[in-house]
Amino acid sequence: MNINKNLLPLINPLSKDNPVIVQVLGICSALAVTAKLEPAVVMTISVTAVLALANVIISLLRNTIPTSIRIIVQLVVVAALVVIVDQVLKAYTYDVSKALSVFIGLIITNCIIMGRLEAFAMSNRPWPAFLDGIGNGLGYGIILIIVAFFRELLGSGTLFGFQVVPQWCYEHGYQNNGMMILPPMALITVACIIWVHRSHNKDLQE
Amino acid sequence: MENLNLFIRSIFVDNMIFAYFLGMCSFLAVSKNVKTAFGLGVAVCFVLIIALPVTWCINHFILEPGALSWLGEEYADADLSFLGLIMFISVIAALVQIVEMAIEKYSPALYSSLGIFLPLIAVNCAILGAVLFMQQRDFSNAWTATVYGAGSGIGWLLAITCLAAIRERLTYSQIPAPLRGIGITFIITGLMGIAFMSFLGIKL
Repeated sequence: MNINKNLLPLINPLSKDNPVIVQVLGICSALAVTAKLEPAVVMTISVTAVLALANVIISLLRNTIPTSIRIIVQLVVVAALVVIVDQVLKAYTYDVSKALSVFIGLIITNCIIMGRLEAFAMSNRPWPAFLDGIGNGLGYGIILIIVAFFRELLGSGTLFGFQVVPQWCYEHGYQNNGMMILPPMALITVACIIWVHRSHNKDLQE
Repeated sequence: MENLNLFIRSIFVDNMIFAYFLGMCSFLAVSKNVKTAFGLGVAVCFVLIIALPVTWCINHFILEPGALSWLGEEYADADLSFLGLIMFISVIAALVQIVEMAIEKYSPALYSSLGIFLPLIAVNCAILGAVLFMQQRDFSNAWTATVYGAGSGIGWLLAITCLAAIRERLTYSQIPAPLRGIGITFIITGLMGIAFMSFLGIKL
């Protein structure tokens, strides 16, 4: 494939270097908010925004941060951005913000953000860092949305809250699988995604 | 009695890993052998037990709406709750630094086997998660908060030790190649989660 080299930080995280299923980062929130599609989409947007901005800020500051205190500096930058996202969500989409409860605050400790800041933003210029942030945010989002799609469809028969499974199915004995809503099934859904993904990318297998 | 109930519930029913998926990253990454897993579990426990009462005091005496009234009349309607996240994460980061120094001094072997994951306890979601749940549930005193911290910590310790024990056994099993490593770990965690759900509704 002939892709512009500058766009690699944007393309790679979508599949080959996916933050959730290959780098195994940011699992906590990926699993916890995926019972329904709507919180999953909101979470994707929030994480992508925080990640892209934090990457740019850290990348701009990278030559002035002393190595010994860099974790604290990164945490403070991320925490400040998350507070902004939190307040915006509370103001405009109060219901979703209630549904996500502590998980917006937990974006601070989302390993994807710390991982990318350490691995990429500390050693690259702002523009690639920005692309890397967007790419990883979207790579995280893809997994979130796939998991949420299956869990909401099989668990409640709805998508974005609209009824998808038609009424006559229920009349002929179809039942929603209540198990899909419960936390353990999120893990097993992700495991299935990993299974499919690694069967197609043999070089990732252990 | 109420505290004992909270303690048991936070270990089994509201288990940090199986009910809320908090602290998943280090849970998956450090569970390759029982000894290291147990060490990390103890460190997380320790940080939780200290962090919760400290952040409870900060929340109760500084951040909550009207919490500053002990400073005088004119501060009675101050509301600093938007500063919560930044305050909590800095307190946790500082505590982790102290724990790190203590472990380095008293148990160099454990220190070298935990490696990078020790400083990363600061960004372990289980700690910040417990603090945010504490704030959300509005515990009435610092003691209840400590009990909740101890319960969550022990629940986390229990979960990571179990998983590590199972994974040690897995080396002898034949697993389909694409599932090897992280895939099968997810499935095991899911199955353990289902097992833990049988504790649902436990009451003392």
